[in-house]
Amino acid sequence: MATTRILEWLGRLYIWLLLAFLYLPIVIMALMSFNVSPFYQLPFEWTTEWYASLWQNDQLISATWNSIEIAIITTIICVVLGSAASLALFRYEFRGKKFLQALLFPPIAIPWLITGTAMLIFFFGVGIGRGLFAILLGHVALALPYVIVVVSARLQTFAPELEEAARSLGANQWQVTSRVTLPWIMPGVIAGGLFAFAVSFDQFVVSYFLSTPGQTTLPVEIYAAIRKGFTPEINAVSTIIIVVSMALMLLTARFFKFGGEK
Amino acid sequence: MAGVQVSSLSRSFGAHKALDDVSIDFADGGFYALLGPSGSGKTTLLRQIAGFDFPDSGRIAIGGESVERVPVEKRRIGMVFQNYALFPNMSVADNVAFGLSVRGEPKATIASEVQRALDLVQLGKLGGRRPHQLSGGQRQRVALARAIVTKPRVLLLDEPLGALDKALRVDMQIELKRIQREIGITTIFVTHDQEEALTMSDRIGILRDGRLVQEGPPEDIYDSPKSEFAATFLGDANILRGETTGTGIRLPDGTAIAAGAGATLAAGAKASCAVRPERIRIAADSGGADQANGNVLRGQVSKRIFAGNNSTYFVERDGQTLKVIVQNTGIERLAEGQEVVLRWSPESTVLIAAN
Repeated sequence: MATTRILEWLGRLYIWLLLAFLYLPIVIMALMSFNVSPFYQLPFEWTTEWYASLWQNDQLISATWNSIEIAIITTIICVVLGSAASLALFRYEFRGKKFLQALLFPPIAIPWLITGTAMLIFFFGVGIGRGLFAILLGHVALALPYVIVVVSARLQTFAPELEEAARSLGANQWQVTSRVTLPWIMPGVIAGGLFAFAVSFDQFVVSYFLSTPGQTTLPVEIYAAIRKGFTPEINAVSTIIIVVSMALMLLTARFFKFGGEK
Repeated sequence: MAGVQVSSLSRSFGAHKALDDVSIDFADGGFYALLGPSGSGKTTLLRQIAGFDFPDSGRIAIGGESVERVPVEKRRIGMVFQNYALFPNMSVADNVAFGLSVRGEPKATIASEVQRALDLVQLGKLGGRRPHQLSGGQRQRVALARAIVTKPRVLLLDEPLGALDKALRVDMQIELKRIQREIGITTIFVTHDQEEALTMSDRIGILRDGRLVQEGPPEDIYDSPKSEFAATFLGDANILRGETTGTGIRLPDGTAIAAGAGATLAAGAKASCAVRPERIRIAADSGGADQANGNVLRGQVSKRIFAGNNSTYFVERDGQTLKVIVQNTGIERLAEGQEVVLRWSPESTVLIAAN
């Protein structure tokens, strides 16, 4: 019994070390965003001055709004296209289906640096160039596979007989989808949407390649600001982003757990 | 309500002939079982009648109207699925209401029809529950209520009792039969359980490899099977093989078996005789002379299985094991290893052409 207790204790220690490893840098950064000294000097003195000056930083604020807008539009487009694609892949057998499904995964694995370069060349080639529209297109392309993967995973738990049952009761294709299939995959659709939002909102590399000085997103703007000189404002904005992102990810986890239930 | 006529229906999936020229007439208001092993085409046939899949050739008529190209949602059928397929995101009442609701019926009509259907399956008080809060038998009833509330022309059941345990299955068999009689709907029931087919249906169609092997009332098929397959698939049967003498067969060792029923065959052809295990009388071999009429075989008991109300004897004879079922009348019990005589009448013997 003593060994069990030691193992239990080691297990707990391991969890705490893991959490510390994951969160300690973030916690320190968050604390420093409330510290008076811009050079991480202790003792800690509470202030919200960095948040106040962040509010005065028009460039950061405009970039933040750009990021939010692009993330929302990306989410909407990806959810609609991705859910429709998942349903098609689930329902129909057609030539090249396996090939198409296999092609969905590589974009997730290809380094963003390379995707970004490719997009830059391509967008210049077709005349779209750089700017917010190019960034939006890039984000949609990056996030779409995530939505398809997540919604498809949810659809794997869907019994096709449910659609057959609905049809046998006289429901047409639209009624089957809206009243039986969509309600079932909704947790997956929401989780996929949150993923798409996170992929877009956190995206740096592709946005960096496709942005122009006036048309940029928050991560790119932060990077530019750090290159000019580090200020605790960056800690402040980073803290805000972390809080928002983590809230989104916790929501995702919550909906995805729903996905595991029957 | 309407009868269903299936004529010369064929359907292949690649090289596999799932249905091969099947014709059956399902009478209006009848309870029909489609019986067969897995892969026999019974479910394919049911799905064709439902309209989930279209035939390569042949005709399906419901109430005299050709429907073989009409999609399922326009066929006005009711279907109960093997795993019930209840909508998990809806309450029991909403599940039952679904068919009326997609049709755009007024809310008041829906509510009263749903309540009537739930009352019919004795779930009147459970309308507010979710499917996952119900037992297997209750889900089964909800699925049935959902299928009949739209007043379909025909009710299709795909192994609806397969997921229930034995005792519940017997209850549901009786219940299903009662409901079917009450609303008088033409019912087609797919099962691989011969007992279920025998006890529930007015007529049985036995399928094998996509073909209809035999079709008729349960008693007819049981008493005069037309093939070894029908004889052994519906109930138990001892099959004796030999050459026909015209009115029976001669076994390889020369013993004659007289048959009182079955096919008329030209003498000399290969044929078999089928005898039900409960039709054979078994007695210890006392060495006496045999009576003139009646079939007699001698053998040795290799195994006895006591099942309370009856015993099954396995009797070895000329390399073949015969099965004999004896009601427990308390008169005589035979031991394993004992020499026995088996006797049965020609009327209990069905002559079957070799297949």
